Amino acid sequence: MNNLRTPRPVIQVSGIRKTYGATVAVDEVSFEVYDGEIFGLIGPNGAGKTTTMECVEGIRKPDRGTISVLGLDPFRQVYKLQDRIGVQLQQAQLQKRIKVWEAVDLWASLYKKKPADAERLLDQLGLGDKRNAWFMNLSGGQKQRLFIALALINDPEVVFLDELTTGLDPQARRAIWELVRGIRERGKTVFLTTHLMEEAERLCDRVAIIERGRIIDIDTPQRLVDRHCPERTVVLATSDPAAEERFRTIPQIDSVMRSDLQFTIRGRGDDLVTEVIHCLSESRIRVTDFRMIVPNLEDVFLKLTGRSIRD
Amino acid sequence: MLRGLWKLTWIEIKVFMREPLGAFGTVGFPVLVFLVIGRVAGRNLPAPSLATSSFLRVGLPVLATLLIAVSSVISLITIVSIYREGGILKRLRATPLRPQTILTAHVIVKLALTAATLALMVLAGKRYYPIGIHVPWFGFTIALLISTLSILSIGFLIASIVPTARFAQPIGAAILYPMIAVSGLFTPINSMPPVVQTVARLLPMTYAVSLLEGIWRSDAWSAHIGDVAALALVFFACIALSAKVFRWE
Repeated sequence: MNNLRTPRPVIQVSGIRKTYGATVAVDEVSFEVYDGEIFGLIGPNGAGKTTTMECVEGIRKPDRGTISVLGLDPFRQVYKLQDRIGVQLQQAQLQKRIKVWEAVDLWASLYKKKPADAERLLDQLGLGDKRNAWFMNLSGGQKQRLFIALALINDPEVVFLDELTTGLDPQARRAIWELVRGIRERGKTVFLTTHLMEEAERLCDRVAIIERGRIIDIDTPQRLVDRHCPERTVVLATSDPAAEERFRTIPQIDSVMRSDLQFTIRGRGDDLVTEVIHCLSESRIRVTDFRMIVPNLEDVFLKLTGRSIRD
Repeated sequence: MLRGLWKLTWIEIKVFMREPLGAFGTVGFPVLVFLVIGRVAGRNLPAPSLATSSFLRVGLPVLATLLIAVSSVISLITIVSIYREGGILKRLRATPLRPQTILTAHVIVKLALTAATLALMVLAGKRYYPIGIHVPWFGFTIALLISTLSILSIGFLIASIVPTARFAQPIGAAILYPMIAVSGLFTPINSMPPVVQTVARLLPMTYAVSLLEGIWRSDAWSAHIGDVAALALVFFACIALSAKVFRWE
């Protein structure tokens, strides 16, 4: 969010809790999603992402807490809300033998608003030549693009995308990311869930990390990394015998490790890299390799929860 | 009110017809069997005695009708559970489609297929079964509609609670076919053992048979108000119960 105006929340979730029998799926979850941003709910499978999202969509009723979407109560005013939002569900299917254009045509007929131009939407999503194909004969990426088309058919104000790229190959995934950015560029708000940290980092303006039904922290990916993982690492290789001694004089460093010609310099703060470069140039140290290791959301998750998101 | 109903119904009919065995299995096969039986029976049957003639004239058409209705209901149970398992119901539900629209569309599809099968059978059977000329077709259609809706409502109740699609068909068959066996179609209710009689009187199929046979014989509707009331009772009870226990996923 680069704009200067005060962000207007379109989704407000406050203290929701949802249990299935003895299992607490979501507990004391609160967050806001602002107008025009891509907001990601990230966490491992079973963390409560889908339950939270389905409560916001009005498909599930939380046991406690309040939710407001576009000023509406998603559970009591679900039909009013569904007219103004677009939804893509995790692992959804359509009738095996429904044709692409039939699905789009059906969806378009369901909304009060004048629907988006279906043909153009299919073209934009690269499904123009698949309009007569049966759903069962589409590839995973094509199915997901069809679900995006269905989520956009009513020109919605808020779009919900649940685990959008799960099961897709990296190329299809990148293509879908482009589409999601395109949705934001059209001024819509996107609320998505993912267990892929790379996806969250590349796509989301802000993310909420959820684990075991609770939200641990909310911020932009960059600020989350800065706050929880300020460590920076520089790995370089040099044959200069005086190098190790020089490196130890760099301010802000935590440690210098050496193995053969390779040095690993650890420290914290964004200035570390500048300081290392400064030291190299001042002492005229010749290097044959220079790499930085920057922590990412995956490291943040590991640090905050003590376990890897892939477990 | 029911936005999207006709579009969804039409799509469901098309989707069904695209199934490998969809059209033939539901519409073609029963008609074919009917014709084959008609040929064989037509040649070999001796001059009908009074008893066999009564079954042939009234019981057989009613049985054929009910079997088609029951097989539609079982296919409805199966489809609902497949849609639930595949997440299709959930996907449809996350649109402004009302739940009742989705379910109504399926009922209309099943009723239409039942009607098409029966109409074809009547047309094809004219050559072999010189019956039915004096049958009040309009009244019989209404009676069949009432009966089918009542059986469909049981189907919905079953569809609401069957755990997985794999169990849907056998459970549906195990509940519905025995109902026909004790419905009084083959043996008059009064000559059954008392326990079976009690069971039979609790089952809607019994009233469906009584109504269908009666209307086929050109009875007055006033003679069958009890049957209609019983079928309506079952319908409303099952719909109310389904609404409470129906699972979307």
